[in-house]
Amino acid sequence: MVMEKVVYQRPESLTDTVTHYCPGCTHGVAHRLVAEVLDEMGIREKTIGVAPVGCSVFAYNYFNHDYVEAAHGRAPAMATGIKRVRPQNTVYTYQGDGDLASIGMAEIVHAAIRGENITVIFINNAIYGMTGGQMAPTTLAGMKTTSSPLGRDVELTGYPVKMAEMLSTIDGAGYIVRRSLHNPVNIRKAKKAIRKAFETQERGLGFAMVELLSSCPTNWKITPQEALDFIENSMLPVYPLGDYKVHPELAGLRV
Amino acid sequence: MTKQLLKGNEAFAEAAIRAGVEGFFGYPITPSTEFLEYMSRRMPELGRAFVQAESEVAAINMVYGAACTGKRVMTASSSPGISLMSEGISYIAGTEVPVVIVNVMRGGPGLGNIAPSQGDYFQMTKGGGHGDYFPIVLAPASVQEAIDYITLAFDLAEKYRSIVHIVVDGNIGQMMEPAELPPMRKIPKEAPEWAVTGAKGREPNILTSIYIDPVDEEVVNIRLLKRWLEIEKNEVRYKEYALDDAEIAVIGFGTAGRVASSAVRAAREEGIKVGLFRPISLSPFPKKQIEEISKRVRRILVVEMNSGMMLEDVKRVVQGRVPVEFYGRMGGVTPFPDEILDEIRRVDSNTADVADLEREQWLDRLEARIAGGK
Repeated sequence: MVMEKVVYQRPESLTDTVTHYCPGCTHGVAHRLVAEVLDEMGIREKTIGVAPVGCSVFAYNYFNHDYVEAAHGRAPAMATGIKRVRPQNTVYTYQGDGDLASIGMAEIVHAAIRGENITVIFINNAIYGMTGGQMAPTTLAGMKTTSSPLGRDVELTGYPVKMAEMLSTIDGAGYIVRRSLHNPVNIRKAKKAIRKAFETQERGLGFAMVELLSSCPTNWKITPQEALDFIENSMLPVYPLGDYKVHPELAGLRV
Repeated sequence: MTKQLLKGNEAFAEAAIRAGVEGFFGYPITPSTEFLEYMSRRMPELGRAFVQAESEVAAINMVYGAACTGKRVMTASSSPGISLMSEGISYIAGTEVPVVIVNVMRGGPGLGNIAPSQGDYFQMTKGGGHGDYFPIVLAPASVQEAIDYITLAFDLAEKYRSIVHIVVDGNIGQMMEPAELPPMRKIPKEAPEWAVTGAKGREPNILTSIYIDPVDEEVVNIRLLKRWLEIEKNEVRYKEYALDDAEIAVIGFGTAGRVASSAVRAAREEGIKVGLFRPISLSPFPKKQIEEISKRVRRILVVEMNSGMMLEDVKRVVQGRVPVEFYGRMGGVTPFPDEILDEIRRVDSNTADVADLEREQWLDRLEARIAGGK
């Protein structure tokens, strides 16, 4: 008799819902990785997520655990409030680059400075998605967007902001890394990093952030395959992958 | 409990602690800072959450997050800080979570100054944040009243899943007077069923203020409005003094109402038939009570520490039945009882029609008074 073994299924931490994300967008991949990690750690029932304003504004419809929806950029402040009054819960924010690196810059930096024991999943796709493709602080030099139609002029609008590098200088940060979602090898590495970012919180080691380089074929106005190539060829040189800060207690952790 | 000599801001903070506040998130701003300072020591002492946020914007969003867990949470700030919090206040209203916010008002607009003012009347009572909602606004006039109403504020916030603003001016925040604190309340162990606490053995709870389909948003608006109409029916609060046989009614809230009460007493001693009506709930506004008063007095004098904001609400209720006159000080100036007594005397003998020129007439008198060095 042949025994069937399930090797791949929808994580319990995801709802059985069709997402509103565009074809070729990596939000779905990021959602799945977070959900798999919550399942594997057995923490779904104590997890509270904080959704941003941006394409992932409806993240709470796709995750199968408690969720709140923050004002634009304020997710780290909201997560702070939740975690401080309910330290027994696992609290994470899921934020895009307009949310985290532009309007929410103060909130993310100060959450890290206070060493808030929260986990941050940061989707960097170098553009504003929900409002239709405007320039973000993460937009590459020369990149055309609807609000930088001639290409981002760094003399006038500044250079792409490197959040992982910046936050890694802060004492309160316990785990700060950058990963990418452009191919299977990197997706596997991203999942391990997400696991470590939640382990950081479970061990009380301070602020944790995983920056995930992500695609936005719709607003980049290229095909999904070209978008993945764009991450590899154009984003990786500006946003090098790596471990920018790892708490010594996490260094030996195998996940 | 016995009466102690208590400083306003510290007494309010201790009252909130005794009412069971489990999270305080704030940012220093005069004249409310002692509230935050007091909390920074007392909250950790009791194992409760305290965070000095990086800004009022962050502070209110910490309050928002913590409120979503169903715990009693609050912040305290002063006028410019409340402006910064307006975004979060609107989200809190839209998410229908209970929050108590204390505004120790100061002179403005802009950076203004740190002196006592009531210039935030519109901002507080008419919403402050964007969108369709109505906040409860309570205006105590003494340290004792503030203590009492902070306890009530938490109960109302939870009962109606609403924002409750407590507005005092810098006088009440900064003054010391004898007052009695309530006993320490037990903190409830169970979270309300709507709260985010982790979906253990239940469906996930989602707390949000986004309803992308206008039809769904309207359902929320209808629910909020129905709740507000309930609040209007049940939660009107006010104090009256010597109104029974009064021919002149003075209407003022907070410190202006308190100063006016001294003037009303003095005028009574002169034989002027004057009484005082002091709204405590600025929102819901005591419409019926003021309407009723306007049917039996000759004239009404509204006294405020602003340019005549509650005046507009009073006039809307009075509907021209009797002349409504105004006296105010602005910019952080607190009127003296003598000023209001002069006004009561003048109003008592005035038979002229005001014809909606009460502000213009007041400004003429005020400028003459200022020019006279008073």
